Amino acid sequence: MNRGLLDRFLIGVLKRFFDLRGVFRSKKRQQALIPHASASGGSLAAVIAIMAFLASLTASVALRVSNASEGWQSSVSHEITIQIRPTLGTPIDPEMKKAAIILSETPGLKNTYVYSKTESEKLLEPWLGNGLDFDQLPVPRMITAQIDKKSPPDLEALRVALSENVKGASLDDHRAWTQRLSVVGRTLVLATLATLGLVIAAAGFAIAFATRGAMISNREIIEVLHFVGASESYIARQFQIHFLWIGIKGGIIGGIAAITLFLALHIAARHWASSPNGAEMIALFGTFSLNLNAIIAVMAIALLMALVAAFVSRVTANRTIRGLD
Amino acid sequence: MQAPGSKRREDLVRFENVGLRYGMGPEILKDISFSIAPSSFQFVTGPSGTGKTTLLRLILLSLKPTRGLISLFGQDVTQLSAPTLTKFRRRMGVVFQDFRLLDHLTTYENVALPLRVQGRSESGYKKEVVELLQWIGLGDRILSFPSTMSGGEKQRAAIARALVVQPDILLADEPTGNLDGVLARRLLRLFAELNRSGTAIVIATHDLALMDQFDGVRRMVLGGNRLHIDE
Ligand SMILES: Nc1ncnc2c1ncn2[C@@H]1O[C@H](COP(=O)(O)OP(=O)(O)OP(=O)(O)O)[C@@H](O)[C@H]1O
Ligand SMILES: [Mg+2]
Repeated sequence: MNRGLLDRFLIGVLKRFFDLRGVFRSKKRQQALIPHASASGGSLAAVIAIMAFLASLTASVALRVSNASEGWQSSVSHEITIQIRPTLGTPIDPEMKKAAIILSETPGLKNTYVYSKTESEKLLEPWLGNGLDFDQLPVPRMITAQIDKKSPPDLEALRVALSENVKGASLDDHRAWTQRLSVVGRTLVLATLATLGLVIAAAGFAIAFATRGAMISNREIIEVLHFVGASESYIARQFQIHFLWIGIKGGIIGGIAAITLFLALHIAARHWASSPNGAEMIALFGTFSLNLNAIIAVMAIALLMALVAAFVSRVTANRTIRGLD
Repeated sequence: MQAPGSKRREDLVRFENVGLRYGMGPEILKDISFSIAPSSFQFVTGPSGTGKTTLLRLILLSLKPTRGLISLFGQDVTQLSAPTLTKFRRRMGVVFQDFRLLDHLTTYENVALPLRVQGRSESGYKKEVVELLQWIGLGDRILSFPSTMSGGEKQRAAIARALVVQPDILLADEPTGNLDGVLARRLLRLFAELNRSGTAIVIATHDLALMDQFDGVRRMVLGGNRLHIDE
């Protein structure tokens, strides 16, 4: 893809969509036609900064949840587990051997691992405590195998082969788990995205409200601009430029605040990790690492705020200007 | 004056039986009919409160007539589109009785405003605007804001703003109200010069001394809600 062409195309779209020719063109700064003090720019920039900050936090939560659930899913779905329950009258070890042979003959599986009797008992220790005589208990045994992602095995055939040949065997491919995880993960991501949408919509409404207010309080200026031959779109563009800068300012301030917070958490997380109860902190908050995606998301949100400001103020200005005459 | 053989150009402004009332009030203007030819010069006069400013606002389309017909540049104004209105306003220069300068802009920026809103680049008009400001006696006020200027200075800035685009028609509401005799005469000479170069001039005033300098100029006299024209 030709980079220059893409850039020119994007700028063309931006110009067309937001009609920002005035902004792109003005090399030398001319005094704005809308007085800055009158349009309550400061408090609106603060509102947008807060919105951008909240949106950045929400986006980082969405990113973390989606990353985490992807991680869980891939590690869980790479593995199958075969459980063999002891049945009365059948010794378990030959059944284990049979199952291991079936697994090793199934294409697409690797790293088959047979848990020995002691290992299986060890797995149960946390629940049952040690010092128990496991010989008295019908302890189920376990075999795990890794799925070869490139040529996955036919799990249904494997399931049939196991149930026909091995007594008490059951195959768990973790599908129920991964499905549930992905539903939970997706719901969380959707919920955070919806929150993000609401925050941006709120910013949009604030900008629309401020645009209308600015136009009404500057109606005498608008009238003079009309008399000296300014077109409606020229006048609307003045308000758009005004609010675009407020949007950029607010977006940048909010973004910087969010990145500062991420950085602080990052440093704190490293500090916790090395402290005596670091493990608990990590369990609670996760290993917080400041990744590139989060920073890109914050910058995208700052940009989005500016674009929302430009778009909403233009639409509002176009609408309001007709009502003023 | 028409060049011989040229096609008679259409009137810039044409009123037919125009009436106007503000809201539910009495009719301020009744049955007003007149037209303004290209390159013509006229005064609109009459006692205070008889509707001079109102008449100019009707021409500017900042008021809609309650009855009658107004056409501008040969076009009926009742169904003008916004772009056409903008085009028409670019052919008109206005000096408001209360100036209407933008307080947050300097004199220079105020005067350059009509050029700027047309999207023209500043390098193309800067020299021209500065020259006009010097000519009109505001050379040392170029960077001043209206709030720091005298009434006469603001008035001159307002006049310069109306002149800068060399409009087809100039509407001036009491343009000499705040000026001393010398300056007023000088401005009138400017208006006359502009008129010679083809701009139609409409000056609303009740300054008899001013009008007496222009013998034989058409006078549109308002009184008793009606218009009487002295050719
Ligand atoms: N916006 C308005 N609403 C209601 N009445 C108005 C309005 N503007 C003007 N009038 C009335 O219309 C009449 C004419 O006013 P206008 O300003 O046109 O007079 P004028 O001839 O320009 O007076 P002056 O010489 O004092 O400037 C006056 O009686 C005035 O009170
Ligand atoms: Mg008046």
